[in-house]
Amino acid sequence: MYDTVRAELFKLRKRPAAWVLLAAAAVLSQVFGYLIPYLAYTTGDSDSFTGRASPQDQLASTLPDQLLINTIGGFPVFAGALALVLGALMFGGEYGWGTVKTMLTQRPGRGSVLAGQLVALGVVLVIGVAVLTVLSAVTTTGIALAENQPLDWPSLGGLAGGLGAGWLVLMMWATLGAMLGVTLRSVALPIGLGVVWVLGVENLVSAMATSVLTALQPVRDVLPGVNAGSLVAAVMPAQATEPPPGVSASVSEPRALLTLGLYVVVCAVVASWTSRRRDVV
Amino acid sequence: MSDHVVEVRGLTKRYGERITAVDGIDLSVRRGEVYGFLGPNGAGKTTTLRMLLGLVAPSAGSVSVLGAAPGDPGALARIGSLVEGPAFYPYLSGHDNLRVVARYAGVPAARMDASLEAVELADRGGDAYSTYSLGMKQRLGVAAALLKDPELVILDEPTNGLDPAGMRDMRRLVRNLGTEDRTVLLSSHLLGEVQQICDRVGVIDRGRMVAESTVDELRGGTELIVAAAPSDVARARLEAMSEVESVRMHAGVLRVRADMRHTALINRTLVAAGVAVTELRRDERQLEDVFFDMTDHDTDVQETEHV
Repeated sequence: MYDTVRAELFKLRKRPAAWVLLAAAAVLSQVFGYLIPYLAYTTGDSDSFTGRASPQDQLASTLPDQLLINTIGGFPVFAGALALVLGALMFGGEYGWGTVKTMLTQRPGRGSVLAGQLVALGVVLVIGVAVLTVLSAVTTTGIALAENQPLDWPSLGGLAGGLGAGWLVLMMWATLGAMLGVTLRSVALPIGLGVVWVLGVENLVSAMATSVLTALQPVRDVLPGVNAGSLVAAVMPAQATEPPPGVSASVSEPRALLTLGLYVVVCAVVASWTSRRRDVV
Repeated sequence: MSDHVVEVRGLTKRYGERITAVDGIDLSVRRGEVYGFLGPNGAGKTTTLRMLLGLVAPSAGSVSVLGAAPGDPGALARIGSLVEGPAFYPYLSGHDNLRVVARYAGVPAARMDASLEAVELADRGGDAYSTYSLGMKQRLGVAAALLKDPELVILDEPTNGLDPAGMRDMRRLVRNLGTEDRTVLLSSHLLGEVQQICDRVGVIDRGRMVAESTVDELRGGTELIVAAAPSDVARARLEAMSEVESVRMHAGVLRVRADMRHTALINRTLVAAGVAVTELRRDERQLEDVFFDMTDHDTDVQETEHV
């Protein structure tokens, strides 16, 4: 499997789409985590912030002690959607190009190939989380120095736990994309369905369960996005500004952790079962 | 060590209730031979090859490839294949595509250059696969098949998309592969190519194996065509010769089965008997003739190519 992981990592390193997705995640993280709050701080009028975060609150949200939430706050929705696209591209693309037969006629068996791909996907997401964290750290350091604010960093343990939770959120979405890519044997349809689910259906069901049809709450509480948002909400520090979209403590942290883990396992098993049983034609 | 590299018995592939792509075929490929697998489009060749590689699960029958079940990792490590055209990553160069294949296969990257050289693609190895012509893609597919230095090479229509020079080079390459202690299983439409390269052939038609034999056996023995007058005298004289196996009249000429080394003796004998010989020549059936006899319905088999 080690050779398969190396092959997959090499392919991803050379694949322009992977870099585009990382760049998109970085831009979203920087713009919504730092640029907009900082602009609101520098250009905002205190009087106009009645009932909302004041300019000082906006500045506080960009400082080093908020590194975790500014890094992983977008993971349940925006970065999650990008991770789903990555999973669908990585697995569905093999069917689109017909390269699945090239892979499967080399040495490794089907299970080994799929396991290697999933491991590579996990490794790439670790790298992605690390890159986003470093970018956020650089930006928040610059803002703190420019505004003469203290460099109070989150504890190492808290940061590691939070980033681990963020990785699990991305892995869950990416594995869902991978499963869709394998079962639908394409790229476009899994991406379309996945993104509609992440950005549309989840929000719709959540809103309905909260307002017009509370009987939907048990359904809402097993949705992947809701659990992703709950896990991120559980690990983020207290903040004065509104939480990012999709970050809400709908279920408890242990339940969210377990649910996301189950999604990863179930998606991997379904993808593996499908891959093993189906003819490659 | 078994003499048979590929052993197939009663292999069947059904898709649903109505479609039987492969219908109980038997096939055996011996170690070190170049085996031609012939059949019209849709006959079941590619489906059979996919089953040998473990890409498609058989509905019935038994398959042994290099002594293992299809798709067995140990056996796959010793098989190089190109089935139904090359498939590579368009954003990678030819060289990088081979690097990926080498990593999957667990072979040293050092073999990549030799494989590219073997298909004369070394000078374009750094270019993106998406910029390759059809022929270059095909050659890269063959390079990938050779990367593992395989015992068994399975090539499905390797000359597709190649120009005449490319076809000639590919034929030379396949012939060389067959002389290197490798076993080659070659599926092709180009019957002239198969006739020149292959030791034995199997012919599949509508999912069924209709023949499996050496090329010479399939083509049958060579006959002499004799146009002579008077023909009845000529026939009687020929039938009296111990060197002649058989004589028959067909389409106004005598068809004589005999060892071709006796051609001059036959001519002298007829002339000595006062027979006027106006034509005396060998008649060799081409594999193409045999193929069309066996698959006698509308096919889209290409013309035999003569490069």
